[in-house]
Amino acid sequence: MTGRHVLLIEDEPNIIEAIRFILTREGWKVDSHAHGTGAVEMVQKTDPDLLILDVMLPGRSGMEILRDLRALPEYENLPVLMLTARGQMRDRDMAERAGVSRFMTKPFSNTEVLAAVRDLLAQASRP
Amino acid sequence: MSPAMTRDTLTGSRIRERRLMAGLRQADLARDAGISASYLNLIEHNRRRIGGKLLVTIATILGVEPAMLTEGATATLVATLRAAAADAGTDAAEIARTEEFARRFPGWAEVLAAAHRRLASLERVIETLSDRLTHDPQLAASLHELLSTAAAIRSTASILAETGEIDAEWRDRFHRNLNQDSRRLAESSKALVTYLDESPDAGTARGTPQEDVDAFLGAHEYHFPELEQADADPARSTQDASELTTDAARQIAAAMLQRIADDARALPLAPFRAALARHGPDPVALAQDFSCELPMVFRRLAAMPPEALPGQLGLVICDAAGSILFRRPVAGFALPRFGACCPLWTLFSALCRPLLPIRRRVEQAGRAPSRFDCLAIAWPEGVTDFDADPLLRSYMLILPVRETGEPLGDVKQVGSSCRICPRTDCRARREPSILGEGF
Repeated sequence: MTGRHVLLIEDEPNIIEAIRFILTREGWKVDSHAHGTGAVEMVQKTDPDLLILDVMLPGRSGMEILRDLRALPEYENLPVLMLTARGQMRDRDMAERAGVSRFMTKPFSNTEVLAAVRDLLAQASRP
Repeated sequence: MSPAMTRDTLTGSRIRERRLMAGLRQADLARDAGISASYLNLIEHNRRRIGGKLLVTIATILGVEPAMLTEGATATLVATLRAAAADAGTDAAEIARTEEFARRFPGWAEVLAAAHRRLASLERVIETLSDRLTHDPQLAASLHELLSTAAAIRSTASILAETGEIDAEWRDRFHRNLNQDSRRLAESSKALVTYLDESPDAGTARGTPQEDVDAFLGAHEYHFPELEQADADPARSTQDASELTTDAARQIAAAMLQRIADDARALPLAPFRAALARHGPDPVALAQDFSCELPMVFRRLAAMPPEALPGQLGLVICDAAGSILFRRPVAGFALPRFGACCPLWTLFSALCRPLLPIRRRVEQAGRAPSRFDCLAIAWPEGVTDFDADPLLRSYMLILPVRETGEPLGDVKQVGSSCRICPRTDCRARREPSILGEGF
């Protein structure tokens, strides 16, 4: 799995820094983007193997970004791990309807993030 | 003062309380008891003692034991126990013996009543907080900020704690981040606590200008004696009002008081009070007496001195977007503080048919459902110009239904707001209720 590429869309700089650290240490390349606006274009530009996406972002919500991505045939199956401060059932339902691969509520642990990233990438690499 | 004396001197207050609970006007009770309304008024304000035959007569009319009027604690206790039984939905035969239970086991009865009161109070807090959490954007943003900061701290701290060898530059950077985030967390938590603590009981928590205005009007029981004078100056009544914490709140309150003063000039207190005594809270009869429109009568009723009203009443005014502009609550009919109200309210039915008065008997779902007559009308605000859309406001007067044992007729089921409404099979439901999730 070394060398796989993760894009992190999150507006909290210290979360970006911490996730970048734990993922790069495991051998992943990490790009980040801190705004809802331009997020879809960032995905198209960097073409990641996995997307970590916050829900509440300045400019556009993570839900909208996810819906737009799923509407594009090339990102229909892109693994998306969604991070949110809202863990209510209806938010999960909304994320599932939008096509999320995994849903994680803040505050999360590094172990959980790592396990989710490994798991999603492993699923994606299966034929 | 001896306990016996205290009990005796409060008999009048208990008569008033029971009369209001029965939905009786003072004039009706006085007539049935064969005394003048003014004499009953003196009794109810504990200025005349009452006993003997008159006490028995009044107790009979009110459908209670005379002892309930002279020994208030027991009467109140019995009422609370009955409410507890009704809320629990039990159908046990012993409920008929509630009074006996309260007399034989006063200690246990008080424990049960206290637990019931506590439960009701906690449910109100849950309703308010849930309402805020769902619809209050400031609270949602504060919680997001708090949880995002907590996530950053947790992630950074675990890197420092669990990573054996870490580059000095990364370590220093994480220490700086931790320091920065822990300060931010402290500040966000403090700000959130201040926001939630604005009112200690959460039932009157404020945060918007409209909420300030609600608190201001509530503190004055919706009546401003100074505005009954011909030379009333509404602006003076809002000066120094501690409830009005922003310019926006003062402006909204001043506009409301101006409208109250205008209504008071058009429908002066003394003749309106006399008409009210003649007709009761019948808006059409009152509007006919004063040759005015129904919305003015609705507003005037809501701004009358409490002792001039024949019973409790509530009033809600909204605009065509459904935003609540005025709320005078009435016990038993829940008005959500945030977010949208139940779309089945008569208030919104009236918006579908402007200018047409609509009367509906409703029951609001909840712990102890009560029935109300809701009288509503939608009316254009100001003068509508040619080719302009009318600016509609809808008015709903809420009158508790007096339980007489007679058939109630068609009773429409309504809620407060979806979030706290237990009715699962409602065609108007917008979102799931927390009451269906284990509350």
